[in-house]
Amino acid sequence: MNPTTLRFGIWMLATPLLIATIGLGFQGLAAVNSAMFFTWGYFVEVLIAGLLQGVLYSLVALGFVLIFKASGVFNFAQGSMVLFAALTLVGFIEMGLHWTLAFVVTAGVMVLLAMVIEKVVLRPLVNQPHIILFMATIGIFYFLDGFGQTLWGSDVKLLDIGIPKDPRFILEGIFEGGILVNSFDLVAALVGAALVAVLALFFQYTRVGRALRAVADDHQAALSVGIPLKTIWVIVWSVAGIVALVAGIMWGSKAGVQFSLALIAFKALPVLILGGFTSIPGAIVGGLIIGAGEQVAEVFVGPLVGGAIQDWFAYMLALVFLLFRPQGLFGERIIERI
Amino acid sequence: MLYREAGQFKTSYSADQSIFPIRQDRIALVLFGLVAVLAVPALASNYFLETIFVPFLVFAMAAIGLNILTGYCGQLSLGTGGFMACGAFFSYKLAIAFPDLHIIVVFLLAGFGTAAVGVLFGVPSLRIKGFYLAVATLAAQFFLVWVFNKFGWWTNYSPSGVISAPPREIFPGFAVTGAQADPITKYLFLLAFVALLALMAKNLVRSSIGRSWMAIRDMDIAAEIIGIRPLWAKLSAFAVSSFYIGIAGALWAFVYTGSVEALAFQIDRSFQVLFMVIIGGLGSILGSFLGAAFIVLLPILLNNAPGLLGLRISVELISHLEFMIFGGLIIFFLIVEPHGLARLWQIGKEKLRLWPFPY
Amino acid sequence: MMFRKLGLAAVAAATLAGSVAATAPVAAQEQFVPLLVYRTGPYAPNGIPLADGFNDYMQLVNLRDGGIDGMKYAWEECETQYNNDRGVECYERLKGKGATGASIVNPYSTGITYALIERATNDKVPVLSMGYGRADASDGTVFPYVFTMPITYWAGADVMVQYAKKESGGSLEGKKIALVYHDSAYGKEPIATLERLSKEEGFQFSSYPVAHPGLEQKATWLQIGRQLRPDWVFMWGWGVMNSTAIKEAASVGFPMEKFIGIWWSGAEADVTPAGDSAKGYKSLNITGVGTEAPIFRDIEKMHADGKGLADKANIGTVLYNRALVNAFYYTEAIRVAQGEFGTKPLTGEQIQWGFERLDVTQEMIDNAGMTGLLSPVKITCADHEGGGSAVVQQWDGSKWSAITDFIAPRRDALRPAYEESAAQYAKEKGLTPRSCN
Repeated sequence: MNPTTLRFGIWMLATPLLIATIGLGFQGLAAVNSAMFFTWGYFVEVLIAGLLQGVLYSLVALGFVLIFKASGVFNFAQGSMVLFAALTLVGFIEMGLHWTLAFVVTAGVMVLLAMVIEKVVLRPLVNQPHIILFMATIGIFYFLDGFGQTLWGSDVKLLDIGIPKDPRFILEGIFEGGILVNSFDLVAALVGAALVAVLALFFQYTRVGRALRAVADDHQAALSVGIPLKTIWVIVWSVAGIVALVAGIMWGSKAGVQFSLALIAFKALPVLILGGFTSIPGAIVGGLIIGAGEQVAEVFVGPLVGGAIQDWFAYMLALVFLLFRPQGLFGERIIERI
Repeated sequence: MLYREAGQFKTSYSADQSIFPIRQDRIALVLFGLVAVLAVPALASNYFLETIFVPFLVFAMAAIGLNILTGYCGQLSLGTGGFMACGAFFSYKLAIAFPDLHIIVVFLLAGFGTAAVGVLFGVPSLRIKGFYLAVATLAAQFFLVWVFNKFGWWTNYSPSGVISAPPREIFPGFAVTGAQADPITKYLFLLAFVALLALMAKNLVRSSIGRSWMAIRDMDIAAEIIGIRPLWAKLSAFAVSSFYIGIAGALWAFVYTGSVEALAFQIDRSFQVLFMVIIGGLGSILGSFLGAAFIVLLPILLNNAPGLLGLRISVELISHLEFMIFGGLIIFFLIVEPHGLARLWQIGKEKLRLWPFPY
Repeated sequence: MMFRKLGLAAVAAATLAGSVAATAPVAAQEQFVPLLVYRTGPYAPNGIPLADGFNDYMQLVNLRDGGIDGMKYAWEECETQYNNDRGVECYERLKGKGATGASIVNPYSTGITYALIERATNDKVPVLSMGYGRADASDGTVFPYVFTMPITYWAGADVMVQYAKKESGGSLEGKKIALVYHDSAYGKEPIATLERLSKEEGFQFSSYPVAHPGLEQKATWLQIGRQLRPDWVFMWGWGVMNSTAIKEAASVGFPMEKFIGIWWSGAEADVTPAGDSAKGYKSLNITGVGTEAPIFRDIEKMHADGKGLADKANIGTVLYNRALVNAFYYTEAIRVAQGEFGTKPLTGEQIQWGFERLDVTQEMIDNAGMTGLLSPVKITCADHEGGGSAVVQQWDGSKWSAITDFIAPRRDALRPAYEESAAQYAKEKGLTPRSCN
């Protein structure tokens, strides 16, 4: 048995135990502090809601990871790409296209965008330090914000592609009153999982995917074996654009398509940092941990300190993990030489 | 031709180490100082003073602070907004609790308080590096804003959580905070205060401590091996940087807007200051000023331009164009000169030395 | 090269759009009003109908009546992006324009209002914060240049409690009320009032802050819908927080009929993104809804003539109507001041004089064709709130409709609270309240 599988197995066993311990801790706290409310059913419900929410964070974080992995760019504009994609999709739907067709057209637009970005921004900035490329993506962020609003207006738009939203109850036999799960979150989580599976297969088994992994490992080595770096960058940014589109659909049907969608990038940052900038599984696991962690904290700890703690709690949680693994859970180990 | 240092000899160590070794630079500086002190207050309208010069100076202060940390010591920080909030709320509490304390003392004490907070949040930097370090500072950002927003004590239990600066005078009869303060007094006070602290920063980065920061930035392991203590260097950078940023926050709340809520120091503020530092030039005090001018002035300029040109455009479109042009210009500048405006300035000076001769 | 082309494209686009410019030039003999608007940014869906309403009302006054007794309006928009420092910049930029400078400011942002109170008072420019800003500014002795009519957040909280009480069969004894609020200066305003009322009325009060911008409310609504299970939920939300709250409330199965938002949580833009989930959701409103009032015939005619400035789709929306009422208030205040100072462009100080003598009677409302859009108010030197009221409206999936008459808040308990809070402000600022006798 190789060590990775072994470690995986250990964590699979340890995680439920850890969660149960946290639950027990809260139960104990609730017994001595009347301000806190705790039942196991409620705890599981919050946990599930948090995990499902976490998948939605992962969707946004995934876009960051793809680009960082292949081009070493920390793409600050991912949030506005989500917004831009959602706006474009809604724009086409309002023109009378069916949403599936609109999806395809929007995906085309995102590919076009990737090509423009590669040509105008990335190519002239080859070999610049990370922070400069980061700054350039901030330029893209501003540009897309203005451009999207000029094209499609600043009004809030409804995006409804028929995902069911009714609450449903599960496990009624085990917990009193059952556990509430929202169908929309469930669907979103499934879509997220499907997307990750497709991406994993794409990276693992296609020719392009292999090239992508090679570029991610070492730009120069990849170039020297004849992998066209520019094409690869266009592909990566296109894939990130399409991931942004999916994220935009999910978040857009949750909260309406509007300017604030660009802000969800901030929800993806702790996920990204916790999982590691370069790891796709990291984005998923990070999303689950952050999602569950912050919901549980907000619901059970929040009332004790005044509430609205989930924003900073996500970062604090990521920080705690980083103190043990400075490169994130699944990030590449940093080896420093002189 | 005009800008040549030929014939200027240095005959002492102190002359060799001066900040402006070239005579023309010194003359230019004096002229610039005269313009800033005499011409600007005389010519600029209150609009220019209140909405351009005052925020520019406040942001320049914040940018110097961040530049010390990110530009000189190489520690990426996204917590500027949170530290500015620290400065603002600390100084509010101090000014209210001790009404007799001079306002400059209040600002400096608020700066020291922020420095302490900065050191606390700088501790993780000993283990975490690069973009990952951004998380520690983001934690500071979100946590600090939450603290000031949540606990009424910071705002003297004002029902809305907004603090508004009490009126204070710099000299008897010259108010710098409160509604009665004259924009010219505010401007001159800020100019002197920021110039003094900038000078201090310039000297600090030229000293041994500044060199140890730069060594850490360039390669921390190598620096450690040649005997620089990373603990000391990194934490001192966090402290000094937070000191400046804290004062900038206090100035923001007291001198610029006059009233402020914790949400004014959201993460956007952190990014805004980071843009200034990168656009201006990492590792340059001059760059901090140039970057602050760029980020403060450009949107206002873009916003006013159509009106000045006599074009009649709807505000909506102006604002969208403003975003697009702003983004475009950032990319443009990075492509032309990735090392910021300060570097452009330096290149310009090099060219000027030879001008008009090719060699 | 790329950038040059881009620049050309931008200029071309700009010239194209120049033909649909929304600002009127400023002439010497006109009453100048600066408009701080936000047509872009996260709150643009709310800012656009507001700005449209102001434009249309002033255009209507100019075209239909030839101005206020002959004195035409001139105005200029400035985009704040709902950003406090941009708001200050806009105010400073516009305050000196026109014949007499800015005559009145309507910041439409609690943050900008806070930032402008001192400046405007110093410049002698009245600030009309209609249903937002500082509630304690209703005390005219401490805040001579700030007007809060027709109603403040504290009074709004009282109206909500009154409504909930009536719907609960006349008593709130033992009921549970939860407040979901935007964790900012704005959202915290009602807490003190609701805490006081919870003691008086005997209901159990709990509050849930939502961090800005409010895209994340899962945890909040799990606490409300699955743990507390309150009888009523009140909301002080803004922007994307509103629609997200409605969706999350629906996802935990909380009944919309028991969910009441403040007037900033009750515009079309707040409910449409929530789709069908929002059906039955209620909110307060400080103005009437719909296009029944006679003034809309004039507005429609103006638009039919191609002279209207608003996007037609916004006419009659909640926030458009609110801007109409807002513009009506200051128009009438200017009219009062003209009676004293003559028909000429007036200064802010003169208009403040007019405001303090403004008595909007039902007859004036009917004459202006605004029947049903607002309730009478009477401003005095000390009382800058003027005794206005609010209605409860409900969303039926496609439009808002009022489900109550104007409900007056119980101000006898609120007034001392304003005065106490204003006195604290005066003390901190070293101000001496003026005498109003």
